[in-house]
Amino acid sequence: MAGYLARRAAMLLVTLLVSSFLVFTGVTLAPGDPLATLSGNRSLPPETVAVLRERYHLDDPFLVRYVAWLGDAVRGDLGVSIAQRQDVSDLIASRAGTTAALVLYASAIVVAAGVGFGLLAALRPGIVDSMVVAGTAAAVAVPPFIAAIVLIAVFAVALDWFPAFGTGSGLLGQIRHLTLPAFALAAASTAAVARVTRTAVREELGREHVQTAVSRGISYPAVVRRHALRNAAVPIATLAGMSTASMIALAAVVERVFGLNGLGAYLVNAALSKDIAVVQGICLVLVTAFVLVNTLGDVVAAALDPRITLGRRA
Amino acid sequence: MSAIGTAVRPGAGPGTRWRGRLGPLGVVAAAIVVAAIVLAILGPTLTPHDPNASDLSRAFAPPEAGHPLGYDGQGRDLLSRLLAGARTSLIGPLAVVALAVTAGTAVAVAAVWAGGWVDSLVSAVLEVVFAFPGVLLAMLVAALFGAGLQAAVLALSVAYLPYTARLLRSAALTEREKPYIRALEVQGASGMTICLRHLVPNLAPLIAVQATLFFGYAMVDLAIISFFGLGVRPPSPDWGVMIAGGQSGVLQGYPAESLLAGACIVVLVVAVNILGERLGGTGATGGRGGRLRWPRRWGARS
Repeated sequence: MAGYLARRAAMLLVTLLVSSFLVFTGVTLAPGDPLATLSGNRSLPPETVAVLRERYHLDDPFLVRYVAWLGDAVRGDLGVSIAQRQDVSDLIASRAGTTAALVLYASAIVVAAGVGFGLLAALRPGIVDSMVVAGTAAAVAVPPFIAAIVLIAVFAVALDWFPAFGTGSGLLGQIRHLTLPAFALAAASTAAVARVTRTAVREELGREHVQTAVSRGISYPAVVRRHALRNAAVPIATLAGMSTASMIALAAVVERVFGLNGLGAYLVNAALSKDIAVVQGICLVLVTAFVLVNTLGDVVAAALDPRITLGRRA
Repeated sequence: MSAIGTAVRPGAGPGTRWRGRLGPLGVVAAAIVVAAIVLAILGPTLTPHDPNASDLSRAFAPPEAGHPLGYDGQGRDLLSRLLAGARTSLIGPLAVVALAVTAGTAVAVAAVWAGGWVDSLVSAVLEVVFAFPGVLLAMLVAALFGAGLQAAVLALSVAYLPYTARLLRSAALTEREKPYIRALEVQGASGMTICLRHLVPNLAPLIAVQATLFFGYAMVDLAIISFFGLGVRPPSPDWGVMIAGGQSGVLQGYPAESLLAGACIVVLVVAVNILGERLGGTGATGGRGGRLRWPRRWGARS
């Protein structure tokens, strides 16, 4: 396990380095003067130009610039937003909470509802199973932004149960405002997790060790919990980790539809207004979160199934 | 296609064979995909009205004679916009799939053929690049190079490349170990010939399945990017743009534009995925319809 963790950590570092390099190189690859790119072609007073030249080490060679930029980024200095005239790190910090809450809420739905419906379908063959299978088959194909539109049309406009816009105030208000976005974000992943849970639990229930446990007189709920679900947990954990990671990238869509003041919505605005430092900063933060969650999912799967740590995955 | 291919299954006409493979659901899916392709080619000429002609007095007006789906928030004919949008909505994903799958195949086959440290290096690089979500990369590219369909298509192709290359690499690796490749090498065929005329054709079924799968992803991702206003530019009709444009209508209780455009995307993606699954026999539906196999014609064509 220690060796596996060390390998994963090394991979994580390399991945983050390459991703940061990709984020950084973009500015150099873009056509035209990097300063013009960084300022989004705004005309700037000479003293600002001098500050920017200094800040981005534009007079230094490429690799020196990258190392300097990365060093600043690691220390939490992501540059200045040209449009807002504020530190990118501060702008990100004030919005990261909304995105984190949204993704956490959504992944809680994915795990609870996904495993719940999957178990229900696996243990109740017949009409319940068919309904879950049909429902998840439809839901798995609906991407978050279409789910968001449907949820707004039904639960915000037609029924008026939940607000369609904004972040809300107070803990309860915020939860209420985040409910529809979280469900929109979670819908497709929930369906996928439910399907995997159903298949995995069914498969385990048909195995000999489960039959043995039943014939030994262990109560059925205990067999399901300790034998079937325990063994089915590996693919479920892997998929839930991947789903959570992908929701970090897709949160932007939902945030924009519901007018949430999160990182993703801000990233879209920054991309539209060519506020490059902000785009770089948010991309860096989101990719880091994406890679971390992916790694975490793999580690959880490895903890659940010791065979993985011995496997060939380098 | 070839004499060997038909000789394998004598007696079954091509029509029944395809229908047997697809199953009823697969036939419906195939019909939807074909209809979408026809729409993409003919769509802009089939529109009953000018998709961009707006009559603000008829904003959100319900369906009426000659306008079976009613109007959008700017008083434009919805049916015409959906039909005209089919082309832009399909061309983007097609381009992404063509680029990502072709490049992925080339990288995979070249790496496997070279073997040794080249293969190890390529695998390591792919493993690492894996980490960049397509939509994020597209936003980065749009911010740097300007918004537009071309930039989005390029960004998504780059983001998908590691996925296709990794999947195809493992398949190419098994294929490379098979005796017919060794036999061809002994016969003195050049590496290029073996790869292009034998290895890649034998990977074709897998490549086809990959292509359908990534078409679905690309369609949704491109719609998201257009939805953000970073892909297809708003006045031109596109399903992703329409979902965004109809959003204010949703809040006012007129969800038709967003929902219809969304339905088009979902139905097409589901149809393409079912078709790919049936053709490839990935087994997700219990292996009904069987596996599509290209005839193994080693030696026969050299």
